[in-house]
Amino acid sequence: MANIMIRRDSKGSYQFYLPKRDLEDTIVSMEFDTPEKWGGEIKLNNGGAYYIEPQAAPARLPYSVRAKRLDAAE
Amino acid sequence: MSALTREETQALIQEVLEVYPEKARKDREKHLAVNDQSIEQSKKCITSNRKSLPGVMTIRGCAYAGSKGVVWGPIKDMIHISHGPVGCGQYSRAGRRNYYVGTTGVNAFGTMNFTSDFQEKDIVFGGDKKLAKLIGEVEQLFPLHKGISVQSECPIGLIGDDIEAVSKKSAKEINKPVIPVRCEGFRGVSQSLGHHIANDAIRDWVLGNRDESTFESTPYDVTIIGDYNIGGDAWATRTILEDMGLRVIAQWSGDGTLAEMENTPKAKLNLLHCYRSMNYISRHMEEKYGIPYMEYNFFGPTKIEASIREIAGFFDDTIKAKAEAVIAKYKPMMQAVIDKYKPRLEGKRVMLYVGGLRPRHVIGAYEDLGMEVVGTGYEFAHGDDYDRTIKEMGNATLLYDDVTGLEFEEFVKRVKPDLVGSGIKEKFIFQKMGIPFRQMHSWDYSGPYHSYDGFAIFARDMDMTLNNPCWGNLTAPWLKVEPVAEKAAA
Ligand code: SF4
Repeated sequence: MANIMIRRDSKGSYQFYLPKRDLEDTIVSMEFDTPEKWGGEIKLNNGGAYYIEPQAAPARLPYSVRAKRLDAAE
Repeated sequence: MSALTREETQALIQEVLEVYPEKARKDREKHLAVNDQSIEQSKKCITSNRKSLPGVMTIRGCAYAGSKGVVWGPIKDMIHISHGPVGCGQYSRAGRRNYYVGTTGVNAFGTMNFTSDFQEKDIVFGGDKKLAKLIGEVEQLFPLHKGISVQSECPIGLIGDDIEAVSKKSAKEINKPVIPVRCEGFRGVSQSLGHHIANDAIRDWVLGNRDESTFESTPYDVTIIGDYNIGGDAWATRTILEDMGLRVIAQWSGDGTLAEMENTPKAKLNLLHCYRSMNYISRHMEEKYGIPYMEYNFFGPTKIEASIREIAGFFDDTIKAKAEAVIAKYKPMMQAVIDKYKPRLEGKRVMLYVGGLRPRHVIGAYEDLGMEVVGTGYEFAHGDDYDRTIKEMGNATLLYDDVTGLEFEEFVKRVKPDLVGSGIKEKFIFQKMGIPFRQMHSWDYSGPYHSYDGFAIFARDMDMTLNNPCWGNLTAPWLKVEPVAEKAAA
């Protein structure tokens, strides 16, 4: 489990940030992306995948959340 | 010499790698690349932020340099104690040229070196007592300082001193903030981790200090983040922003003060220049205080214009109108600069090797002068920096991460640029090779280079260096045979 931060970049897509490793990447897909259910498996541009416990969408981004690593790139 | 093709550049990299032993070659190979604009992710072509190989000459610094030298050092009204042996602080003292206003030794301390000067007995018995005593002395001798930061050097982490406890106790005694920073040089692979640690220390010890106090804010409050005022850079930037009708409430950290930093959470927009060293704190403020941040680039009129428009986009129409007025005002002045220097610089080729933002930010400024950047690299970049760089650089140009002394020299010998821009350690090697050189860390005792005012100086300096008559006089007169013979014939 690691703390990650999710924000929106200037183009409007989700941006993933893992402070511990200074890893920054765009999120290419998120399993659930509705106001009631948000999170699930997220896929990064670099090929990595993380899992966020599905929850209500955060009221405001950026948002820090715990995530489980499913598949790290490199 | 004409530009190298992709194959030639690739061959050059292979040729340079030849001298390394097998294992080192494999490692270094990943850090050198030929730029390909079609690549979306830098990860596919270049590896960065890895440990330097033992035995090669790296140009990197340490985490202490990143924290004390880069982030904390320029905060002028604080005293930054280099906690540990004397050398780390003394040999880097005042070398960075971050200008400030104030009376040094009275209310500003930027160019002074404070150190606990560790001796053998401090290593053996611990230096906590010494630190407490030092803080007491500092308070007595420099009563006008606003706070102290304790910047740990390597031994502090090795012997396990508890600087946090001392800081807490001393802060109570002197009634000013005392901030312990765990930036021992051995942490991380380069100064980059030092930036991160320093940012985290600011987050934990400084940022929230005035959350409760009131602040007369305006809708146009912005901050300049990640501008270290090298040769007056931040001042030149500030003029432009103020002309646009914005109010700059804090400068991080060039010519900055502790109070400014504490008030930063009251801003409406954080303007981020050096992304690498201060994105951490900007992210934090975005999340905690909802302040958006924006990366901008104030090198060269083209990029400045684009940045001004983008900044104005965050505000209402009055600011947008003023922004256009600023652009219009400076346009003829910049055109005059370009008209004067472009004919003298056109077509010249540059190779860069610098730190956090300049390897990509200055490309636009060179292009405004008709010059071309044919190779660039970072000392301590991460993947996201290269992501941004790939788009700025031409195809088939060289990219080198954490370049070694040997590689850099060989690349320059083969690519034969007309100008090299890097740091002081590289300067004399290239000058002796007869290649014009500018220091792109400290602006070679010149500056500012940011913003409109800076561009005029930048253009002049590049011309002064490149077209200096000395480059024609590097061969001794008796070795210059041809011109004499020609004359005789004529
Ligand atoms: S690596 Fe350690 S000893 Fe060397 S300058 Fe950095 S803090 Fe000082």
